[in-house]
Order: sequence, then structure tokens, then C-alpha cells
Amino acid sequence: MRRELLGVVGTDAIGPYTLLRLERGGLDPGVPGEFFMLEAPGRLLPRPMSLCQTTAGELAFLIEAIGPGTRALCSLEEGDAIHVLGPLGRGFDLEVERPLLVAGGIGIAPMPYVSEALGNPPAILGFRSERHAEAASLLPGAHVVVEPRLVTELLPDDPGDVLACGPEPMLEALQALVPGAQLAWEAPMACGYGGCYGCVVEIDGHYARLCVEGPVLRGGTQGSPTSPLLRRAAPIRRSGALAGHSPASPANDRPQLDGTVR
Amino acid sequence: MVPILNASGCLDALTAPEVAKSLDAFVTKTVTPLPREGNPPPRIAETAHGMLNSIGLQNPGIDAFVREHLPRLARLGVPLWVSVGGFSADDFALLCERLDDLAEVEVIELNLSCPNVEEAPETASELVAAARAATGKPLYAKLSPATSDIAETARAVAEVGADGLSLVNTIRGLELDGKTLRPKLALASGGYSGPALRPIALACVYACARAVEIPIVGMGGIRSGRDAVELVAAGASAVALGTVLFSDPSAPDRVRGELDAEAKSRGYVSAAEIRAVAHESASPIAASAD
Repeated sequence: MRRELLGVVGTDAIGPYTLLRLERGGLDPGVPGEFFMLEAPGRLLPRPMSLCQTTAGELAFLIEAIGPGTRALCSLEEGDAIHVLGPLGRGFDLEVERPLLVAGGIGIAPMPYVSEALGNPPAILGFRSERHAEAASLLPGAHVVVEPRLVTELLPDDPGDVLACGPEPMLEALQALVPGAQLAWEAPMACGYGGCYGCVVEIDGHYARLCVEGPVLRGGTQGSPTSPLLRRAAPIRRSGALAGHSPASPANDRPQLDGTVR
Repeated sequence: MVPILNASGCLDALTAPEVAKSLDAFVTKTVTPLPREGNPPPRIAETAHGMLNSIGLQNPGIDAFVREHLPRLARLGVPLWVSVGGFSADDFALLCERLDDLAEVEVIELNLSCPNVEEAPETASELVAAARAATGKPLYAKLSPATSDIAETARAVAEVGADGLSLVNTIRGLELDGKTLRPKLALASGGYSGPALRPIALACVYACARAVEIPIVGMGGIRSGRDAVELVAAGASAVALGTVLFSDPSAPDRVRGELDAEAKSRGYVSAAEIRAVAHESASPIAASAD
């Protein structure tokens, strides 16, 4: 874990996304699927981003401007500099025999680096519009679908070793279709190195920090991470969710995967 | 020297040992009698001037903590403060009793004020009294800023044997999603921390330093040596870093250096000499240094 102030080399617009290119400095690019915490100028907290591409002198991150932090990152210009911490977390296991890369939308972000490490294996990509699909240029040779078609329609009968990153519905679908797939998940993080306990997901029945145990999890063996998005609609039963401390409380009084409290 | 600690729950010394080693003491995440899974996600939200957290005291419980975590923490070679939290005076007594004969525990911090879990029915001084009866270790009472008269609480806990104060915990806040107008956190409200908390912490430290003689660890929104020096001037003997660690794990060394530079630029030999100067009448030197 190392933190450096890195200069911005430049930014490239790729469809609606921005490829932020930074000087590499003394940072190790890490294993594909690991991530870095990028200082978002003007914001209190840094933002977790997986590495998209690396060369001898650069680290490049593909970013979709969806909020104040990512907008600040996409607005950086050559000559600016930001603090970067990493690499962090656990990336993809690259000891695979027949890799197939699967990505949806901004989930393409780590795939160029994964592809390079694995010798350009086959890849299938899904995007929500033709404009978003311009990002497929980062992965030459990939098969691409645009909504309403879904990337899972391109899955062969025998998909081999799936390495995937994308929106939660896509990852959940892959989890069901390809047990054992390596899935890169996402969660809000404050620190990225285990301190804040903000990024927990449910793994094997317990809340675990995605920044420490992930972000890449084995779909079939480690259970199912929770969906922060789904939880927003979950009923709020404060007292029930907190009842686990009392010996009198039934053991199953814990918050459950679907956000309800039983 | 003004010791620099971490605020409880803002650093895991086992996943970031090099950060813990840069502190003058490491404060653990709060340990409760039984294991707790904590609150459902989303647990954190950034706000315009701070952040909210609703972790809910996720921890392995005192048994697993003592058995599995404490030996590994002790090997770091950093003085250990163990933060304990409970839901009754009996809980605090049990926790302190468990830690009482463990040489690796230097200080017990009593988390009397987590905004994300149910409160114990007893008053802060009743909880401290129960802890005091259970251990001879130094006890620091961590107080909430959400009280009408924190100095009164400070006097009450000092009266029953608190050896120091940790000021302050987070304060309850709420953030709504701008589009949906629904809470961003799964359990709606959370503990508010970061720069917005700093003037509140400063007021609490200032008030308590006038009320009690026991040492104070000042915390709340420290980002720089300048922030730290103000808490020291208000009466803190040590400072703790919380939210700033999330964006800058090198903050302990940086703030330590900045604190020394602040002291020297104001004509002091060390930052410790600045303690409580805010309570003295203004001197021409102090006024012109601003």
C-alpha cells in the first residue's frame, strides 16, 4: 500500500466515459482487478477505481461521471495532480485455463489490463447504448451487444473460466449461470484499506469488507454480496437490526441478504 | 510532545499495520460483549462538509477479540487502547474485567456515545462507575457532543473515576439522496464526522478543559497540524485522527510534522506548551501569529 501524488498526463473521452491517464510514479500497477483510491479534488473522500491500462510510465483509469467525485475526476486536466493510494484489495486469479472476459457498461474498466495479462482471451461486452459501446474500442475483438440485448445472451454453453465486472444484476445473473465465476463487485468505500467498515457485503452469512476480501469474489464459493442499490428500498427497522447484541435475541435477528430483518 | 492517536473505528491496525505504527497509540474499534454483524449497507455517505457512517459496532466480541486479535495487535509494538462498548453498566463491567489483567492493554476507552446503536439506560457516570469498579486500568470516557452541557457530564465521569476524556464522538446526522429524497444510509441516520465536526469538538474540549483536570484526547475533523494545534490550545493533551485517515493514511506523520512546525512558528519549543492557551488572556504574540 503506497500513496503518491501523481501528475495528470491527459484525459481521453471514450463515448460517455473518460480515460484518466496519470503518471505512474513509484506505484505498482498490481494484479488486474485490484483497485486504487483516487483523490477527487474538492471532495472529502477518495474514490475507488480499478486500473484499466498500464504502461511503463502511466496508470489509466476509465471513469463514468455519475456524481460529484467522479465528475471532479473527469474534469482533471494535464498538469493537475492527485493523490493515489494502491494497489488495494484482491484482484482476479489469473491461473485459469480457458478465460472468458464478461463486462457490462463501466464494468469494462478493469478488462483491458486483465486481457493484456491473459494474452487477449475472448471477451463479451454489453452496453446500454451505442454511445456507451464506444468503450469496446478498449478491448479489440470483443463481441458486443447493446440493450435491450443482454451480455449473458452471448455466453456460450460451456463458458470456461469467467472473469466478470459489471452492474449487480449482470453479476447476479452470472452467479446463477456460471458457478465459480470470478466477479468484481462494487461498494461505496471511504478508505479502501480496511479502516472504515463502510463497504461490507454479505459473504458466507457475515458482513465482510469488500476492500479486504474483494473486490473480486468467487461467485460459487463465497456466497452472494449484498446489493446496496436494492437495500435503499429496504424497510427500516432500526431496533430489529440492532438486536443482535442481546443474549435474549434469537440468533437469526440479523439483517438478511434482501435487506429485511427477520 | 502531543501524542497522536487514531479515533476508534477509523483504522484497522491488522490491515494497515504501517499506519498503526505511525501513531503514538492505537485505539481499537469498539469491542462489545458479544459479536456484532453491524448495520446493513449502505453504511457510509459523503456530505458537502463531512461524512456519515452507520457501521453499528461491527466487531468479533470480547472473547474472539482477546483470543485472536489482541495477540496480533500486541506484536505491532504500539501502545494499545481498547475501546469497549455495551448496552448496560453490566456490559461495561464485564468488558473491563476481561481486559483488567491483560498487560498488553494500556488504556480502556469507554464508548459511551455511539450514535448508531441503542443507548444504555444508565447515565454516563453510572457506566463509568461500573467500569471503574471492574478495573485498575486507565479509563478514558468518550463523550457525545450531542448534549446540552458536556462540562457537566465531564465533571460527573471524572467524579466517579474516569482518568481522561476522549472528545468527541460523532454526532447524529442524516443525508437524503437528491433524486429520490430517501435516506442514503440503510438505517437512515448515521454519525457525522469530518471537517464539519471540528468547531463542535473544539467547543466541547474548551468547555471540558475548564471543568475538569483530567487529560483530554481531542478529536473531530482534524485534517492538519493547524486543526490539531487549535484542539491543543482549547485544552487537549493528545489528539486523535479519524475521517482524515480515510483519504490520507500518512496523516499521522504529516500532522505530527505540521504540529511541530505550528508550535515553532509561534515561538514554542514544542506543541505541548500550547495546551490550554486559549483559556489565557490574549497576548500580543499569539494575536499577531494568526
